[in-house]
Amino acid sequence: MASFLFRTIQSHSFLLCPTTLLRRNNGAVYCSMKSTHTQTATQEKQQPPPKIKSSPQGNQAKTRTLDRISKEYEAIIGIETHVQLSTLTKAFCTCPYNYGAQPNTSVCPICMGLPGALPVVNSKVVEFAVKLGLALNCKLSFNSKFDRKQYFYPDLPKGYQISQFDIPIATGGYLDVDLPVEYGGGHRRFGITRVHMEEDAGKLLHADDGEYSQEITFPIIYALQVDLNRAGVPLLEIVSEPDMRTGLEAAEYAAELQRLVRYLGVSNGNMQEGSLRCDVNVSIRPVGQSKFGTKVEIKNLNSFSSINRAIDFEIARQALLYSQGKADQIVQETRLWEEGSQKTVTMRKKEGLADYRYFPEPDLPEVILNKEYVDSIQSSLPELPEMKRRRYEEMGLSMQDVLFLANDINVARFFDATIGKGADVKLAANWIMGDIAAHMKNEKLTINEIKLSAAELAELIASIKGATISGKIGKELSHLCESFTGYFSSTPFPHILFELMAKGGTVNGIIKEKDLIVDPSEIEKMVDKVFSENPKQLEQYRGGKTKLQGFFAGQVMKISKGKANPGLLNKILLEKLNAKS
Amino acid sequence: MLSTLHHPPRRLSRFFPANNKPRHFHTKPVLSSSQPVTDQSPSSTSPPESQILSIHHSLLSREVTATQLAETYLSRLKLAEPQLKSFIHVSNNVLKEAQSIDDKIKRNENVGPLAGVLVGVKDNICTVDMPSTAGSRVLENYRPPFDATAVKKVKEFDGIVVGKTNLDEFGMGSTTESSSFQVTANPWDISRVPGGSSGGSAAAVSARQCVVSLGSDTGGSVRQPASFCGVVGLKPTYGRVSRYGLIAYASSLDVIGCFGSSVADTGILLSAISGHDRLDATSSKQVRVLQISVSQEVPDFTSQLISAALLESKPLKGLKVGVIRETLENGVDSGVKSTVLGAVSHLEELGCTLSEVSLPSFSLGLPAYYILASSESSSNLSRYDGVRYGNQAAAEDLNALYGDSRAKGFGSEVKMRILMGTYALSAGYYDAYYKRAQQVRTLIQKSFKTALDENDILISPAAPSAAYKIGEKKNDPLAMYSGDIMTVNVNLAGLPALVLPCGFVEGGPVGLPVGLQMIGAAFDEGKLLKVGHIFEQTLQGCRFVPPLIADGIPQ
Repeated sequence: MASFLFRTIQSHSFLLCPTTLLRRNNGAVYCSMKSTHTQTATQEKQQPPPKIKSSPQGNQAKTRTLDRISKEYEAIIGIETHVQLSTLTKAFCTCPYNYGAQPNTSVCPICMGLPGALPVVNSKVVEFAVKLGLALNCKLSFNSKFDRKQYFYPDLPKGYQISQFDIPIATGGYLDVDLPVEYGGGHRRFGITRVHMEEDAGKLLHADDGEYSQEITFPIIYALQVDLNRAGVPLLEIVSEPDMRTGLEAAEYAAELQRLVRYLGVSNGNMQEGSLRCDVNVSIRPVGQSKFGTKVEIKNLNSFSSINRAIDFEIARQALLYSQGKADQIVQETRLWEEGSQKTVTMRKKEGLADYRYFPEPDLPEVILNKEYVDSIQSSLPELPEMKRRRYEEMGLSMQDVLFLANDINVARFFDATIGKGADVKLAANWIMGDIAAHMKNEKLTINEIKLSAAELAELIASIKGATISGKIGKELSHLCESFTGYFSSTPFPHILFELMAKGGTVNGIIKEKDLIVDPSEIEKMVDKVFSENPKQLEQYRGGKTKLQGFFAGQVMKISKGKANPGLLNKILLEKLNAKS
Repeated sequence: MLSTLHHPPRRLSRFFPANNKPRHFHTKPVLSSSQPVTDQSPSSTSPPESQILSIHHSLLSREVTATQLAETYLSRLKLAEPQLKSFIHVSNNVLKEAQSIDDKIKRNENVGPLAGVLVGVKDNICTVDMPSTAGSRVLENYRPPFDATAVKKVKEFDGIVVGKTNLDEFGMGSTTESSSFQVTANPWDISRVPGGSSGGSAAAVSARQCVVSLGSDTGGSVRQPASFCGVVGLKPTYGRVSRYGLIAYASSLDVIGCFGSSVADTGILLSAISGHDRLDATSSKQVRVLQISVSQEVPDFTSQLISAALLESKPLKGLKVGVIRETLENGVDSGVKSTVLGAVSHLEELGCTLSEVSLPSFSLGLPAYYILASSESSSNLSRYDGVRYGNQAAAEDLNALYGDSRAKGFGSEVKMRILMGTYALSAGYYDAYYKRAQQVRTLIQKSFKTALDENDILISPAAPSAAYKIGEKKNDPLAMYSGDIMTVNVNLAGLPALVLPCGFVEGGPVGLPVGLQMIGAAFDEGKLLKVGHIFEQTLQGCRFVPPLIADGIPQ
C-alpha cells in the first residue's frame, strides 16, 4: 500500500503544490543531502538531478481520486529518446559541434546541404551506436544502412534527414532500472524496441531574441532565422517498448538511460542542452481491456521531473475524459508540456500518418559490422550501472547507498578506487555520501574537481580505524563542515578531510605538518607526568570519581600544547587510569 | 579484308539488311579537304591525335605559348558561340591562368600534364570562381564556395577551366533543350540538338571551343551527346570519379564523365580526375586507371599507337566482343544499325572474336531507370527550397515560400520527374515501383556480369538514332526517354562505357556522326580505352570535324 500511495500521490503533487519541491527528511543520516545532490560529477552543473523530485505529500481528497484512476485505468507509456553523441565532429562532415556557439559558425557545405556536397559517415557514430546497442542488450544488425526521411522544414537543410528506417543498427534489447527506495523501490526491466543512428536538424531562432525549437506556424516567416550549427550532429534514437505504467517509471527509465550514456562516454546526456531529449507516448485503457487506447505524444520535456509530471498530468487528463464518457475526445496528437502552467497543451493534431517517403540513402554505403569489431567493442565496455549496482548490493551496501553511489559514474569510480585501496566499504560509502558530497554541494564542485584523492580517503579511513587520528575528529568535526572555513584555522585539531578536499596533499603529510603527536609512547610519557603531578586526583579517580577523566585529558592536552591526538590520548589515558597500579 | 564485311559471321547475319548498303564510314564524309582543322594532320582522314599531348609537347618545346593557345581557343569559342550556345558562362581568368603557365615554363618549373589545356565544365559541376546553376533558374547566379573534386584535380594538373557548359536542367533530358537558359545547337547541323544532358560539353569539344570537357552521365548524358556530336565520350565506372561537387540528379547513377576529340584525350582527362576521394563515400579505392605524370606523360596505351600497320597485325586478336542483340532490334534507325555493324566488322578486322549476346532484361532497364532516377531526384532536389540559397520567391508564409520558389525555379521536365519520383516513393506505391525497379536493377547487373564474364567488351549503338531536330521530341517525353534505351542499363549496372564516333548517317549539310558504345567490366576503363584507341586509329575514311569549324571559323 505504501508504494501505491506514493505513486499516486507523487504523481499528482504538482496539481496540489506546484511550486513546492519538498526535500524529504526521513531521518536517514545522509538523506537530506542525497536527495538534492545527485549530479555531483557531471560536467554541466545546470543539469537537474536524475533523482525525480516530487513531493510524497498529498491532499487526501486528490489522493482518493487518483487512487481511483489507477484502479480503473492502466496507462501505457513508451519513450523515444534522442541522445546527442559527444563525437568530436558531426555525423557526416568534419564540423565540430559546440553547444552555445554563435549561430552558423560551425557549418560547412555538407551540413548546410549545399548543392554537390556529400555526406561521409563519421565512424565514431557507428562505434557509439554499437556500444549503446550492446549496453542495451540489443541484437545488432551486422548489415544495416542509412535511409532518407523526407520532409520540408526550414531547419532541415537537405529536405531530408539521414536516418535509419527498416534496418536499425540495434533491436530487441532491454534496460534494467532500480526504482528509488523512497517510492517503494523495486526493480523493473523495460524493453528496448530499437536503436538507430540519425542526424540532428538545425534550430529556428526568433530574429529578435531567444531560440524557438518547437513547431510553429509562420505568419511572418521573416521574423525567423535558422541556425544550422546543430544540423548534422549525430543522434541515436532509442525507442522503448510501451512498458512503463507511471510517470515515475518513465522518468527513472530516462534517468537510467542518461546514466548509461554517461557511463559509456557516448554522450554528456545533458537534458538542458538538449543532449538527451525524450518524447513520450501515453495512452490509457480501462483495466482489463486488451485494446490500446489512443496514444498522445508529449514533447518539450527537458527534465526528468517534467517527464514524471507531464505523464501523470496526461494520465489524469485522459482518465477524466474517459470517466466523463468523452473518450472520443482523446485524439492522436502531439501535446506540449508547459512548465509554467504544469499542463500539456495541444501542439498539433496528426492528420493521418505522415508519409516520409523513406528510401535507402544512395550517397552512403551500407553499414557493415564484423564480429571482431563488435567483439572488441563488447570487451571494451565499462562496468555498466546495473552491474555496478548489483555488485555494490553484494558488498552489503543498502539500496539507498547503492543507488547513490552508482548514480554518477565519477562518484562510482571514486568509491571503487577508495575501496580498491583497501578502505572499509561501509565507511567509504559513508564518507563519500556524507561529508564529501556535502562539500561538493556547498562548493559546487564535482568529485573530480575536489583535491581529495581516493587513495588519501582510503588512508584517512585506515588512519581513523587504526586510531592514528581520532575517529571523532574525522566524524564529529566533519559535521561542522558547514562553517568549517572559519573553524579550520582555529581548531587545534585540523580537519584533515576538509583540508584534503580543499588543498590536496596526503594524510600523513597533514599529520606531520600539524605536528600532531601520534606516537603512543610520547603520549604515555605525558600521561605519566600528569599522574605524577596530580596524585590526589588520581587517587580520587581510582576511588570511583571517574568524571575526572576529563580533567586528566585536559591536563595532557595542555602539556602537549593541544597537539596530542585525542583519540590516542583517551585510549592511553583510560588504559593507564584503569590499570591496577 | 572486305570479305568479312560483306560476308559477316553467320551469327551476326541477321543484323545485316539483305542488300548490303555501303558502310557509311567507308564513304568519305562530305567535308571540304581544304578546311582548316585544329589537329594539324597531314591528311583530312588521318586518325585523331591527342590534343593534350601535342599541346604539352608544343608548350615544352616553346613552339607555342599557353597564352597563344588560349587566345586561339577563346576566339574560336566566341565566334561559334552565337550559333552553338554551348556555354552558360565563360571564365574571365583563362588568359591570366594561361599566363601563369607560361611563367612557369619560362622559369623552367614543372607543369602538369593538363597545362594549357582548356577544359569545359558542365554547369552541374561546382566551380568556386564561376556560377554553377545546373541549368536551373533555381540556382541562377549561385556561386559555390568550393570546387568539385574533379575540377580541383583538373586545376591541380594545370588545366584551365574555360567555362561552364550548357545542360538540361539538373541533367534531366536528352537534348539540352530543357536548360533554363538557352538551347545548344549541334555543330554538325545547327538545326539539330547536340544530345543531352551534357550537350554543351559535347558541342564545345566537337566545335573545338575547348580541348576536352567534363560532363555527367546518369542515364547516358555523356555518351548520347558524344554520339550526336561526333566526339569521344567516356562514362567511367560508378565510383571511379568522385561525385563531390557534382550537383546531384540521381546519386546512385550519377558519374562525372569525359569528352575529348580523341580516345587518348578522353583517357588522359579520366586519369586526371579519377581516384578515391574521402569526401565521397561512394568513390572507389581502386587504383587509378592510367598513371600520368609530367615525366611520363604518354599513357601506357598510347604506346600502341601505330596507325595502319596495326590493322595488318590484328592488334585486338583474341579480344572477345559481344554484340548486344537487343540493341540492334526494332526501334533502331537503320542507318545507325548499319554503321554500327560496319564498326563490328572493323573490330573483326582488328582480330576481335565477335559473338552475339542477349541481355533479356535489357528492355526493363528504361522503366526501371526512370523510376529510380526520378525517385532519387525527387529527394535530391528537396534542398532547393529557397531558404538558404538560390532564388527565393517573395511569400507571405512558409508553404508559399516553398511552393512559389520551387514553382518559379524549376522547369517543367524537372517538375515532372519530381512528381513521378515522389509518387514512386509514396506509401503504398513504394513496393510496386521503387522496390520493383531495384529488383530489375539487380537482374540487369547480373545479366551484364554474365555477359562480361564471357566477353571482354560488349558493344551497341550509343543511341538509336543520330541527332534529331531541335523541338522534334520536345513535346513527346516518351519518345525522348526511349532514346536512352542504349545507355541507361549501363548506369543501372554501374559499368564503364566508351562512346566513340564510328561513321555517319545522312542528314544535315555533311552527314551526322554515329557513336559506337563499348561497355566494359567494372573498373576496366583501361581496356575500353585501349580498344577504343586502336579502333579510332585504324578507322579509315572518317574525320569527325564538324562543318561549323570547317566553314571558315578561323583557328
